[in-house]
Amino acid sequence: MSVALSAQDISRALTRISHEILEKNQGASNLVLLGIPTRGAHLATRISEIIQSIEGTEVATGTLDITLFRDDLRLRPPRAIMPTKIPTSGIEGKDVVLIDDVLFSGRTVRSALDALGEIGRPQTVQLAALVDRGHRELPIKADFVGKNLPTSKNQTVKVLLAEIDGRDEVSIEEEAK
Amino acid sequence: MRHLLSIADLSKADAISILDTATELARVSDGAVKKLPTLRGRTIVNLFAEDSTRTRISFEAAAKRLSADVINFSAKGSSLSKGESLKDTAMTLQAMGADAVVIRHSASGAAQRLADNQWMSGSVVNAGDGTHEHPSQALLDAFTIRKHLGMGSADLSGLSVAIVGDVLHSRVARSNVLLLSLLGAKVTLVAPPTLLPLGIDSWPAEVSYDFDAVIPHVDVVMMLRVQQERMTDLFFPNAREYSRYFGLNAERMSSMKPGAIVMHPGPMNRGLEISAEVADSARSVITEQVTNGVSVRMAILYVLLAGGALEAGSN
Repeated sequence: MSVALSAQDISRALTRISHEILEKNQGASNLVLLGIPTRGAHLATRISEIIQSIEGTEVATGTLDITLFRDDLRLRPPRAIMPTKIPTSGIEGKDVVLIDDVLFSGRTVRSALDALGEIGRPQTVQLAALVDRGHRELPIKADFVGKNLPTSKNQTVKVLLAEIDGRDEVSIEEEAK
Repeated sequence: MRHLLSIADLSKADAISILDTATELARVSDGAVKKLPTLRGRTIVNLFAEDSTRTRISFEAAAKRLSADVINFSAKGSSLSKGESLKDTAMTLQAMGADAVVIRHSASGAAQRLADNQWMSGSVVNAGDGTHEHPSQALLDAFTIRKHLGMGSADLSGLSVAIVGDVLHSRVARSNVLLLSLLGAKVTLVAPPTLLPLGIDSWPAEVSYDFDAVIPHVDVVMMLRVQQERMTDLFFPNAREYSRYFGLNAERMSSMKPGAIVMHPGPMNRGLEISAEVADSARSVITEQVTNGVSVRMAILYVLLAGGALEAGSN
């Protein structure tokens, strides 16, 4: 196991991503941040707090569970469905930023796009990921990346966040389970 | 979990996870687009060898909201009425590639028999077997109680429920006693002695013959239908007497706790076990039970079918 990002690295990456989101969207007024549970949801909350401290205005933040839209449901044991909380302003005509911890095959993001389609039609959909580990199976690319981590397929990227795991850390482990 | 045959097979954690899943799925039913792609390409057969309105429509709606294909199959108008055995029917369904069978049958244990024998590889959901169990009804009742009186807690601890009426013939009562006590509620059965089954002492519930003594102390009054079609004997002198001692009318309802709710699994015999006034009152959550039924059955199908295919050996 080797540590790829320390707590400080994660904090810096999130701050940079927040600035990049604001720069690309020219402010926070039309933004909606949607975290993909579980860890993406916590990252969305953190980015939302950072943006608020920069801009001084609150940014609409929610969660989007994609379990029911997965294309690998048949291949895995059933997963618990996590809450989907869409901000009251909705997503119609908004600039939606999807936030997840690790971008890997791209299948989660594909499911998230399907899930979004059921809710409304955003103006744009962007993607932020704390870690991009490569090995995409679909034509999907992140707009904002905390760190590109070149990995081999039999490694696992483990993201720990203080809200769930007690501390912040990203590490790479050999031998996928 | 591969089959849902009896509440007795569920752990407390299983039951709570089905209720939590149903809570999330209920939001879908509230949304503009009432459809999810989750079970696309799966086939669910509704095998109803006994009459049903609510349960069959509810399972059909649940399956369709999850994008599964539904084949309805009822005894009338099928070869079941020509005397085809359950085994042959099951093998036909297997040959047609059913991923799940929702079965309602007048014989207790029919669902278990379908699941135990290797006639078919799909999941079996018990939608009511004789006077044995009706687990999806108990789950939707628990879901409704939790929604109204649970105050955010995961289980039903601290609540007390009276189940009143024809316990002897009621699969709903059997499943509910098991599930509600599993979830921590205190259950009291209220019925004339003739309508209580043998061995009631071993059930995790108290028994009372006096409805008026029980009603002021409970949070939920669940009325059971008097199942005249199953009554081969004289269980009470006449309908008026039954109604006077064990029916829920407006006067009895007035002694209920503030906030307490009235439930009924349907179909109701208005005027016999429940008066029309009570059934249509603000305390009654009877139509809401039907609405919740769809969400709970979606949760059941999700838990059984999402990811079940490999395990079941098909695909």
